[in-house]
This record gives sequence, structure tokens and C-alpha cells, in this order.
Amino acid sequence: MLIALLTDIHGNREAFSAVLAHARSLNVDRLVLLGDYVGYGADPAWVVDTVRTLVAEGAIALLGNHDAAIDGTDEDMNPIAQEAIRWTRGQLGMEQRAFLADLPLVHEEGDILYVHANGYAPRSWNYITDTLEAARHFSRVEAHITFCGHVHVPMLYHMSTTAKVGSFSPVSDNEIPLLPTRTWLAVIGAVGQPRDGVPAANYAVFDTARQCLRYFRVPYDNMEAARKVREAGLPEKLAQRLEEGR
Amino acid sequence: MRLRLEAGMVIDGFRLIEHLNTGGMAQIWAVERVGDGDAAQDNEEAAPGTEPAPAPEPLVMKFPMLIDSDDPIPIVCFETEQMIMPRLSGRHVPRFVATGPLDPQPYIVMERIQGDSLKSRLANVPLLWQEVVEIGAKVARALHDLHLQKVIHLDVKPSNVMFRETGEAVLIDFGFARHEQLPDLLAEEFREPFGTTPYMAPEQVLEDRADPRSDLFALGVMLYFFVTGERPFGTPKGGQIRRRLWRDPVPPRALKPDCPPWLQEIILRCLEVDPNDRYATAAQLALDLENPNQVRLTERAERLERDGGLKTFRRWLKARSAKPLETPNIVGQLSQAPIILVAVDLSPEGGDLREAQRVLLGRILSMEMEARVACVNVLKLSRLAVDVLEDEEGRSLHVQRLIQLRHWGAGLEIPKERITYSVLEAVDPAAALIDYARHNAVDHIVIGARASSAFRRYLGSVSSQVVAEAPCSVTVVRPPRELREAGEG
Repeated sequence: MLIALLTDIHGNREAFSAVLAHARSLNVDRLVLLGDYVGYGADPAWVVDTVRTLVAEGAIALLGNHDAAIDGTDEDMNPIAQEAIRWTRGQLGMEQRAFLADLPLVHEEGDILYVHANGYAPRSWNYITDTLEAARHFSRVEAHITFCGHVHVPMLYHMSTTAKVGSFSPVSDNEIPLLPTRTWLAVIGAVGQPRDGVPAANYAVFDTARQCLRYFRVPYDNMEAARKVREAGLPEKLAQRLEEGR
Repeated sequence: MRLRLEAGMVIDGFRLIEHLNTGGMAQIWAVERVGDGDAAQDNEEAAPGTEPAPAPEPLVMKFPMLIDSDDPIPIVCFETEQMIMPRLSGRHVPRFVATGPLDPQPYIVMERIQGDSLKSRLANVPLLWQEVVEIGAKVARALHDLHLQKVIHLDVKPSNVMFRETGEAVLIDFGFARHEQLPDLLAEEFREPFGTTPYMAPEQVLEDRADPRSDLFALGVMLYFFVTGERPFGTPKGGQIRRRLWRDPVPPRALKPDCPPWLQEIILRCLEVDPNDRYATAAQLALDLENPNQVRLTERAERLERDGGLKTFRRWLKARSAKPLETPNIVGQLSQAPIILVAVDLSPEGGDLREAQRVLLGRILSMEMEARVACVNVLKLSRLAVDVLEDEEGRSLHVQRLIQLRHWGAGLEIPKERITYSVLEAVDPAAALIDYARHNAVDHIVIGARASSAFRRYLGSVSSQVVAEAPCSVTVVRPPRELREAGEG
């Protein structure tokens, strides 16, 4: 079975559509969405509606911190994220907000864990940005493979039988076998707001039969997405991020 | 080892036949696929009574020594091999067949390469230098093929080299290898250098696992050992392995005077401390091993003593501050040093074309700093008649062509050691060029095309056949005059 892993869509309709089309062209069997459907981008309502449809068709969708902030607090966020969340609240109807509020934090299936930020304290929204943070995750999580997002930059952490943790910066469209002898934490890069200097959208596909993970970069019309951010009156910085990918 | 392995046992559809050997890290068994015989019967039904059932494909199964030992190296090497082997293909590696999960017993199944490894030749060293050259060229070709697949072997030594019955070298054991696009599990696990100490390159001693030229150093150690019967750096232990960062080996000719100077040049170039002073690619090394008369001799060829104290001391100082590279750039390293074949038309009317080719080549050389150029001309033989390969005055056409070719190449701004000249004699010029490109791992062919004519369209031109069949990129050059005339027409 091929599982497409998407995360951090952030109201970016152009990027989300491009990634969904790419995943369909690969005939993926299943979608897992790791959270943050809203915030930053100009099309939160369209994105949430699309996610609802996908869930009705069998996709798994988890809660991200931006989704939680819609009906919760945005106190912990930086001013730009806060401004975007406040604008987004005005774009969403009751049903859309209820859908976000009901999303689960984690999903477990066999020895795979899906979560937005990290496995050891999902609601803390702590970022996994280095091998120390990854080691903390590995020390408290049983799962053989964890998929998460939240960082916006793709990275693959792995722990050996002797508890040594390594990190690997994956290349697009390159198959990596997730060996049974190790424990894995795959951070999937953002669909809707990449931050590694490459504007193309991120996502990944996991092949359960062959236990292989393939990260992808999908070019999309990021200039159009940036134009809509400006048109919506969202902070200029958010439009620039889409143009530059950082 | 979790299971007690015995002949006859079946694991995931493979039957163990014979225990071949046990190394420090793995056990190797000859196996066959269970049901190979049944499949043969099915074939027989499809084509009744025609062919006998094919023999089952010879395979080996490799089991890591994991469980009993506290040492993590065998498992990490096994994991590395498990990641890399499925990605490899071609004649120079054993074909990957299957890999098994942790439970009950991890394994890799691969093609069995018949015969012994080069380790079996160690009893006979020193070998004849002619044989060493032949081995060296074959191993270099195999290494280049591996490097093109973004993998550095990092443990090249006699026991990891085998040969197919058809002659090609096959590299085995990828436990220390590094794939540019896969996590480097070894580097993450251990903070110490890896490899087999007599063969390790200086940069490997510094824990740098990112340079394909490390494999050329190891091959140089092998060639040195085979030619002289001695290892250039002995079999050092512990901190002694750092000595190769500053202490150069005794020149081969001091130990074995019949080693030709050009071979000493090649071996010592492979053994340079700084990878930049070695061959840029294994393909370039193979080209020199196969074309001794084109090896550019330097001071290395004549050296009969090791370097003096001052030079060694300077290298020692430099070694103290040496730092490893962070990430490998195998593809980058190879693409900086392509082999470019220029098919030169030496006919009298080809002057414009030759000039256009020289201009284009100049542009390529200005970008690809370590490129190597092979200038080739084909002396066309007729299919039926006995060819007269001398002109009226009895001069060899072959030699004349070579002189003209050298004259053309002299106009290129490239050091002499990076250009070679060959005149091929062939009935089918395009096929000869394609063969040459394939054998020498040529990256780019630059070929001229003369004006198209009805005759040429009917017969098919050499350049169009080369474009269609070459194993690499091809640039077709036309002289500016023809472009102009085409514009007018």
C-alpha cells in the first residue's frame, strides 16, 4: 500500500492541489494529513473543505497547532502567525471550525505513529529540529516509524540498536529503505510553506510493502499563491516566504 | 546468529546448500530458490520436449553475525549493505535478489559469483606487472561504474574483488560503502575511521567518507602490493595508520626494478596524499593503464627513494590541521572530470568542421576543468577488398593519421597528460566509435556532421548512427558555413 504523507498545508490552495494531483498520478492508496491546514495562506476555507471531503473518503487527518489555535489560544504564536490566525478565524464557518476542533492529535496503526509535532508530548507542539530532540522522541516513543511535520523542512532521523541517533537530509524522489533494525522519525516538509530555500511543495510517499520512503518536491504556482496572500491583506512577509521558499 | 543454520534448511523460500565461509562479520551460504525445479517443469509444459530444464541460478545468502556479539559494527555494516545493494546494478556488482527482515534472521540473497577473489593471488605476489596492469584496469572500470551509481566502496582490497567468467571485475561487500543519497549509518554510529588499515586512504583515516578518489588510493595500494609483493604502508595498527598522511611509500621500482616507469607513475599517483593529486576518476585511471605510451611521466616515474625529511615534515605539519569533508559529492566529482571523445574528420574538405569542433571543445574545457579528451579518428576499411594501408610512398596511413590528429589536438589548451590520440581501424566507423565510448566510459562525444545530401540521407551518416546508439551524451557540430547556406536555402 502507498501512503501519501502531507503536512503544513497552511491555506495554500495552489500547493495543496498540485501535491494532491501528484499523489494521484502515483496511484497512492491512502492519504494521511499531519495537520496545520490553516494559518499563513489565503485559502483556508477551501483547504478545510477539501480536507473534510478527503476524510469522508477515508483519509486520516490530524490536528496541528494552527488548527488548534482557531478555537483556542494564539498567545504562544509569533505576531505574524497570530495576525494570520485572527484573519483566518473570519474566513471559516461554524462547521469548518467544528471540524478542525474535533481532529485527533495522533493516529497509530501497527508500529507506525502519525503526529503533527512530536511523539512524546504532542500537545506541547515542541519542534524536532535536531538529533537531540529526535533522541528525546525516540527515548519515549515505542513506534518503529513515526511520521510528523511542523518543522516545514524535510529531515529523516534514525536510531540504531545501540541508541545512536543520526539525521539525514533527503533528496527529492529518492527511495530510502526504512530498515527493520532501526527506529525512524521522518519529518515531512511543508506542502504550503516550504522553508529550506526551495519554493516547491513537499510531501512524501511511504510504501508499506517494501518499507520504503520517498520524499518529493512538487513545483506549483507559488507566485499566484503569494499574490493572493497580498490581496487578502495578510502580512507581506508571508507572501515573500512563498516566493522564496524560506 | 539466531537460527542454527544447517544445509537443507529453507529460509523464506531459499534452501541452504553449502556453507561457503565465515568472515568476522557475516556467514555466507550457497543457496537455491525452492521451487526453481517446479518452474522448470512449467516451462516444459509450455514448450513440450524442446529444452532441458534450466539449471537453478547460483545464489548466495549472507547472514550478519549480530546477536551474540556486543560489537555493533557487524549490524551497522549489514544495514548499510541492505540499503545500498538493492540500488546497484550492472556487471560489476553481484545482482541483488532479496533481503529479509530482522525476524527470525536477517539476510541478503544475491547472485553467486563463481571462482575465488583476488585474495587467492596473494600467495603468488609479486605478480608479473603485465597481469597487475590488466587487473588494475578491470578494477578501475568496475569502480567507475560504481561511482556513477553514486556509491563509494571504501573497502577496496583483494578479498573484495572477484571476476566474472567473461572477465569483468565484480566488487563485493558493501558493508563500509557510502551512497550519496542514503543516510550514512556508519558515520553516525562510530566516531572512528573505518576500512581495512593497509588499504585506507589518508582522508579515510581522517574519517572522511565522502570522496570517490579514496577508492583509487586503495586500488593503488593493491597494485603496489601485487607488483612488489609488499604493502606500501605495511599493516599498521592504532595511531600508526596516520603515518600515511605524511610518509610516502618506497617507490615500487626500488623494490622491483622491472616495474616500468609508467606503471610506477600510475601507482604513485594513486597513492598521493591529497586526492586532488590522484586521478580525477577511475575511468581516467583505466584509460592510462590501457594506454601506457600515453601516460605522461613526471618525477614520480623515476623516483627511487622516498621523499626527504623536509618534504615529509611539511606534509606532517599539513596533516595536523587536515579536516574532513562534510557531505559527499560523488556525482559532482565525476562530472567535473568527464572523458570527452572528439571524433575528428581528417579529410581535406573537413577543415571548417575541425575548426568548429575545436572551438566547441575549447568552450567545454573552460567549464570542465578536469576533463580528459580522447581524440579519435577512424580509418575506414572496406568490407570485402584487402585494404592497402600505405600510401604510394609506403608510409603507414595509420601513423599519418596519428600525426594529423596530434597536430589538431595541439591547438587545444589542455595539459598533455589529459589528451590521448587513437586511430581506430574499422569497417563500420560509427560502431567503432560507439564501442570505444562504451569501453572507455566516455561521458560525452563531440562529432562533426557534414552537409546533408541525398546520398547521405540514403546511406545514413556516421553522426546520426552515433547519436542514436551512443551510451552517453552526443554533441553534433556543423561548420558555420553550412548553417549560413541552410539559412539562404
